[in-house]
Amino acid sequence: MLTIENLSATVADKPILNGLSLTVNAGEIHAIMGPNGAGKSTLSYVLGGRPGYEVTGGSVTFDGQDLLEMDAHERAAAGLFLGFQYPVEIPGVSNVQFLREALNSQRKARGQDPLSGGEFLKLAKDKAALLKLDMDMMKRNVNVGFSGGEKKRNEMVQMGILDPKFAVLDETDSGLDIDALKTVGEGINAIMRAPDKAVLLITHYQRLLDYVQPDYVHILAKGRIVKTGGPDLARRLEDEGYDEVMAA
Amino acid sequence: MSALPTTRDEDWRYADAAELERLAPADLDVWHEATLAPGEVRRKDLLLDDSHPGVHRVRLTVGEGARAEIFALASASSYTRLEVEVELGRGAHFQFGGVTIGGGEATREFVTRVSHAEPNGTSDQIVRAVHWGGATGNFLGKLAVARDAQKTDAAQNFRALLLERGASANAKPELEIYADDVKCAHGAAIGQMDEAAAYYMAARGLPPEAARKLLVRAFIADAYAAHPVEAERDALLDAALDALGDAA
Ligand SMILES: Nc1ncnc2c1ncn2[C@@H]1O[C@H](COP(=O)(O)OP(=O)(O)OP(=O)(O)O)[C@@H](O)[C@H]1O
Ligand SMILES: [Mg+2]
Repeated sequence: MLTIENLSATVADKPILNGLSLTVNAGEIHAIMGPNGAGKSTLSYVLGGRPGYEVTGGSVTFDGQDLLEMDAHERAAAGLFLGFQYPVEIPGVSNVQFLREALNSQRKARGQDPLSGGEFLKLAKDKAALLKLDMDMMKRNVNVGFSGGEKKRNEMVQMGILDPKFAVLDETDSGLDIDALKTVGEGINAIMRAPDKAVLLITHYQRLLDYVQPDYVHILAKGRIVKTGGPDLARRLEDEGYDEVMAA
Repeated sequence: MSALPTTRDEDWRYADAAELERLAPADLDVWHEATLAPGEVRRKDLLLDDSHPGVHRVRLTVGEGARAEIFALASASSYTRLEVEVELGRGAHFQFGGVTIGGGEATREFVTRVSHAEPNGTSDQIVRAVHWGGATGNFLGKLAVARDAQKTDAAQNFRALLLERGASANAKPELEIYADDVKCAHGAAIGQMDEAAAYYMAARGLPPEAARKLLVRAFIADAYAAHPVEAERDALLDAALDALGDAA
C-alpha cells in the first residue's frame, strides 16, 4: 500500500530524514518508535505534504501513485490520514462545519456525491460515540479549549468520519488518560483494522500497542529505520531502552 | 467644500492621493443624514461593491436611548471610503461593523467620528480588513467624549489579515476624552494567514481555496456578529467571500 524508498528530507535546510525505507502492506499495522528528535513527526509531515518539508531524495508510492507529486489535500482525498502530534486549534470554525466540508471535498475529488447535513450529522454522532466524545464538543470550534486528551480523541473522531485507507498516527496516545487510551485503542481497531487498510503508529510507549497490536515494530533513529522486529521489539525497548537495543 | 482633501489632512492620511485628485468636490458635499428619535432602533447594511465605489458620508444624530447600527462591506475594486459621523444622546448606542476586503492596488477605508455628547452612551466598533496584492485597508476612528458624558463605554477593535506581502493595513484611533468616568477600549492587530491551521485543513482534504474561505469567514465574522438578522448577516459574509474569490 505504501512504499517509502531511500527518502531524504530537510526542514529549514537541515537534513532530518536520511535515506529512510519502509514498506507497509494492506492489512498491516506498523509501529514506529524512536528517540526524541529522531524525525518521526518529520516523516509524518513529509508523507502528509506539509509546506516547508522538502524532499531531497527518494520516493514514496501510495496505492500505485507517486505520493510526493500530490498536494496535501489530494493526498487526503486519496485516502491518507495524518493524526497530529499537536492538533491545531481553529477559532471561529466549528468541528462539524470543518469536517463536513473536508469530507465533501474528499468525496468530490473522488467523484462521489456529497453527504447532506443530516447524513453527515448521523455519521459524526456515530463516530463521536465510538470515541466517547461528547457531541457538544463536535459543535465547538476545532480543538479550541479542548484538553490534550480531548484533542487526541477528536483526531480519532475525524479519522472515523473521513474513513481513510492509510493512517499515520503521530503519538495519538500521548496525553490520554488510562480509560481514554483504551477507548482510542479500540477506536483505531474499529476504524482501521481491515484487510484493505493499514496504519503507521508513531509512539513512545508499549501501552497503546497492548490494544492495537502491531505486525511490525521499527526503530527510527537519526532519520532512518535502524531496526525492525515483531511486537516483542517494543517490549524490549520498554525494558532496556534505545541504547541497549540498538547496540545489540 | 472648497478644496479637495489631500493626504496631509489628518482624516485622509492613508487615502490614495491619486484617487483624491480624481474626486469631484461635489462628491464630498453629499451627506446622508438621519436623526433617530428617542428609543428608536435603526440599522443599515451598506454594500460598497463595484456598483458603489468612491466616497460615502453618513451623519447620524442618535436620540436618547436610541440605537444606530451600521454594517458595512467595502469590497469595490477601486478607492472606497465610508465616513460615519455620529452624535450620541443620553444612553444611546452606536454599533459599527465593517469589513474591507480586496486586492489590486486599491485603498478601502472606514473613517468614523463618534461623539459621546451625553452620559451613559455606548459605542462598539469592530473592523476587519482582509487584503492581498498591493491593497490597503484602513480604519480611522475618532472618539470624542464630552465633559458631561460620564459613564460612556466605547470600544474600537481592528484586525487585519494580510494574505500577501504587498498588502497593508493602518489603524488610527484618536481619542479626545474630557469626562473622567469613562471606559474606552481599543485594540489593533495585523497578521498573516495561520499556516498551521491552513495545513491542518489541507491534511483533512480541504483544497487551499476552501480552507482560506473558512479561515477568512471566521476572521471577518466578528465584525457582523452583532447583526441581529442571520440571513442579512450571512448575505454580508457571502458578499465578502465572493470578493475573496479572485485572491491569489
Ligand atoms: N521547523 C523546524 N526548523 C528547524 N528544525 C526543525 C524544525 N522542525 C523540526 N526540526 C528538527 O527536526 C528534528 C526532528 O524533529 P521531529 O519532530 O521529526 O522529531 P520526533 O522524532 O517526532 O521527536 P518527538 O519524539 O520528540 O516527537 C528535531 O531535531 C527538530 O528540532
Ligand atoms: Mg514527534
